[in-house]
Amino acid sequence: MTTKPVFDAITLPHPLPLDSGEALDGVSIAYETYGELAPDKSNAILLCHALTGDQYVASEHPVTGKPGWWERMVGPGKPIDTDRFHVICANVVGSCMGSTGPASDAPDGKPYAMRFPVLTIRDMVRGLIGLLDVLEIEQLHTVVGGSMGGMQALSLAANFPERASRILAIATTARHSAQNIAFHEVGRQAIMADPNWAEGNYYASGKTPDAGLAVARMAAHITYLSEAGLTDKFGRRLQDRAEKTFGFDADFQVESYLRYQGSGFTRRFDANSYLYITRAMDYFDLAEEHAKDGQEGLLADAFAGTNARFCVISFDSDWLYPTAESRHVVHALNAAGAPVSFVELSAPFGHDSFLLDVPELDRVVKGFIE
Amino acid sequence: MSRTLRPDLAVILDHVEPNSRALDVGCGDGVLMAALRDQKQVDARGIEIDGACVERCVAQGLSVVQGDADRDLSFYPDGAFDYAILSQTLQTAERPDRIMQELLRVGRRAFVSFPNFAYWRMRWALLSRGRMPVTRHLPVTWYETQNIHHVTVKDFEALADDLDIQIANRWFFTNEREIGEGGANWRAEYALFEVGR
Repeated sequence: MTTKPVFDAITLPHPLPLDSGEALDGVSIAYETYGELAPDKSNAILLCHALTGDQYVASEHPVTGKPGWWERMVGPGKPIDTDRFHVICANVVGSCMGSTGPASDAPDGKPYAMRFPVLTIRDMVRGLIGLLDVLEIEQLHTVVGGSMGGMQALSLAANFPERASRILAIATTARHSAQNIAFHEVGRQAIMADPNWAEGNYYASGKTPDAGLAVARMAAHITYLSEAGLTDKFGRRLQDRAEKTFGFDADFQVESYLRYQGSGFTRRFDANSYLYITRAMDYFDLAEEHAKDGQEGLLADAFAGTNARFCVISFDSDWLYPTAESRHVVHALNAAGAPVSFVELSAPFGHDSFLLDVPELDRVVKGFIE
Repeated sequence: MSRTLRPDLAVILDHVEPNSRALDVGCGDGVLMAALRDQKQVDARGIEIDGACVERCVAQGLSVVQGDADRDLSFYPDGAFDYAILSQTLQTAERPDRIMQELLRVGRRAFVSFPNFAYWRMRWALLSRGRMPVTRHLPVTWYETQNIHHVTVKDFEALADDLDIQIANRWFFTNEREIGEGGANWRAEYALFEVGR
């Protein structure tokens, strides 16, 4: 990252307690809001971002200059209508877009790097609740999240049931599977194998582990797509050439695309943040978190205290968090007696479907939050 | 909601206690659920197999889960509902007997409606042409139909007896109008039962 943009942020007035047993002092939470907050504060929607997302849901990204990551869903007259709702989106703790993370300075004035405590999804949610407390918003109209954002939405419902009346969880899961953890481990090992990573202490040298981070992103990006989507988009087509080169250049369009995705990512994301956030996702198991007396946790118990209405959405081509994981959540909510809607939508784009043009998604989201 | 309800659904709407809890299994586009919610302040939940129907339900603010009765009823706790409703779906179930047991596990009472395969037009079609009947209430050919367990009024009553299920009420319909009980197994195009333990 080059020049640091200016972020809108608050500082939490109390140390943030963490699942590891540590506490983090002086935590900054950077956030953006869209739409007016009603005088009775009844129209606040908290939007939770995914692994590499940020608070720029519906406004230009200050580093890349690209439009917000969910502009097709959030804005005036959009399914999440900012003419009616006050939408809040905050950068999660551990990330790198203005909230406290491994790139931030520790009390000794030097970046935390790997001295930053390992976080969980629940810790991120504690940070978001801290922000809501500062903003004096007692109860949210809805919490919305896709992917890791959906994990936060479910975690918030389980741990802070009085703070939200609706929970909308899209393309997500209540626990990371062995396959999910495996893919993340590939990404982490790629970063840590980059000599520039230097045990995480690369901030002073200015030599960042871009090669490792790019490979991590490339591997992860494949998991966000579907085989049919990749075939449809690239097939075996060659990149700007008539024949194979009998070398290791990006002969195929799909190689060129992945390299572009990887290198673009390194310009906006901190490698250590990637390590910490993927770890938090791997540790996520909402049932285990609510286990009693050393017994195996029941997911239904996690939702025992909730009075919220839920809507769970999966996509048929998502093999990262497949429909079975959403059904698992829905069955637990049924068992807990919570009002829940669930639909598996058909879309060809894999896990990324929640970010892309799926008109059925728009209708369900709009219908649920009205 | 000003759409006219199918007669069996209108009867269910009439007989559900206000402010109760109901599970509509195979709720379609949610027309009964919406009426129960709007006219009887019922806490209504639904299960529906068709994604497009679920989408329309959620867009109306209804709580509907995409799933099927054979598999998903087991995830609801005992006695979670005052009523379980199964309208025109029994004949599509893998095991109608198990569905009946499940309905009366999750619900205190159940409303069940189904097309009567012993309706005289069915009998006549089979007798005269020797082919599986295709009618207004069973409109699909035998190889495409989702109705895999054809049932008659008498069959249902016998099943209830076998499973120790008490029949509290019964209604019969032909040409979208309620008819009397006399000769119902011949005369009724479809039937609705209210059952309990």
